Amino acid sequence: MKRVLLLTVVCLLAATPAFAMHISEGILPFSWALFWYLAALPFVALGVRRLNALGREDLSLKPLVGLLAAVVFIISCMPIPVPTAGTCSHPCGTGVAAILVGPLVSVVIAAVALLIQALFLAHGGLSTLGANTFSMGVVGSLAGWLAFRSARRLGGSLAVSGFIAGTLADWGTYSATSLILTCGIRGEAPLLPLFSKVVLAFLPTQLPLGILEGVITAGMVTLLYKKRPDLLVKMRVITEKELPNHA
Amino acid sequence: MPERKRKWRVLLIHTIILPTLLFALYFFSLAPRSWEGVDEAVVEKIAKEHGREAIAPLIDPGSGDLLLFAFLVAGAAGGFAAGYYWRQLTDKKPQ
Repeated sequence: MKRVLLLTVVCLLAATPAFAMHISEGILPFSWALFWYLAALPFVALGVRRLNALGREDLSLKPLVGLLAAVVFIISCMPIPVPTAGTCSHPCGTGVAAILVGPLVSVVIAAVALLIQALFLAHGGLSTLGANTFSMGVVGSLAGWLAFRSARRLGGSLAVSGFIAGTLADWGTYSATSLILTCGIRGEAPLLPLFSKVVLAFLPTQLPLGILEGVITAGMVTLLYKKRPDLLVKMRVITEKELPNHA
Repeated sequence: MPERKRKWRVLLIHTIILPTLLFALYFFSLAPRSWEGVDEAVVEKIAKEHGREAIAPLIDPGSGDLLLFAFLVAGAAGGFAAGYYWRQLTDKKPQ
């Protein structure tokens, strides 16, 4: 309990003015905002269906999904200064969520976190919720999940696979944000030069932050493996043969 | 490892880590630099150059980030508590 109190005190001391990377309210024209809502909607619907199926299989997974939603909410609000760039941004958390509960449920988690942020924290916006859900939820989760599965198939350890997943989930999210922003604001301007400009503007902040997100993801997966490997088996991240005390 | 040696090691680690952590936190929270977020430094800046500007949110939490801070503290405290008591939350009660 002392550690819980210590961590809470550290969180209190860490209070700084916060900034987000989400696309703000009103930045996208109506047509593009609607387009990204329609693009994200099927993934959210599939995620809700998957979540219900998981709940029917094992009810104890639902509080875990709730806990992960809190983790994603906190991580995606947490401003981290990047001294090399002089700016701050935040990790996404969808990489670790996708590894643990799958990419579809991770989309739902991201959508809920983004909705609360848009409603109460002025981070992102209701008109850009579809676009932000698509970049952080759909692209971030799928990039993280695919990277993790591919790395594991190639024989990567949990830590290495988690690192690759976290890093690519973050970079994937910002690449998608760049594309969404470019499409929305370019008007008659050519797509590629503006897209490159946005990516290059994100790069000094997101390059180190993506690596940091990889480290956080690897740390979380490794910690779970050490403390509660049974949870990883339950969530089909590892098989029973990979349990530490498996004969 | 003998108990006495282990205690010294834990004490040494805490003596190094805690001041470092506190220094880092205070450096970033009290340093005069503004640490502009990428939403302002990149998204809103480039959008403005192309004629699109952010508008006020539907529910304006006002200046400062008090609400975000309250959410973060509540979320962090709730998350730590839930994680700490995870076994009690999920274990089946004996019949």
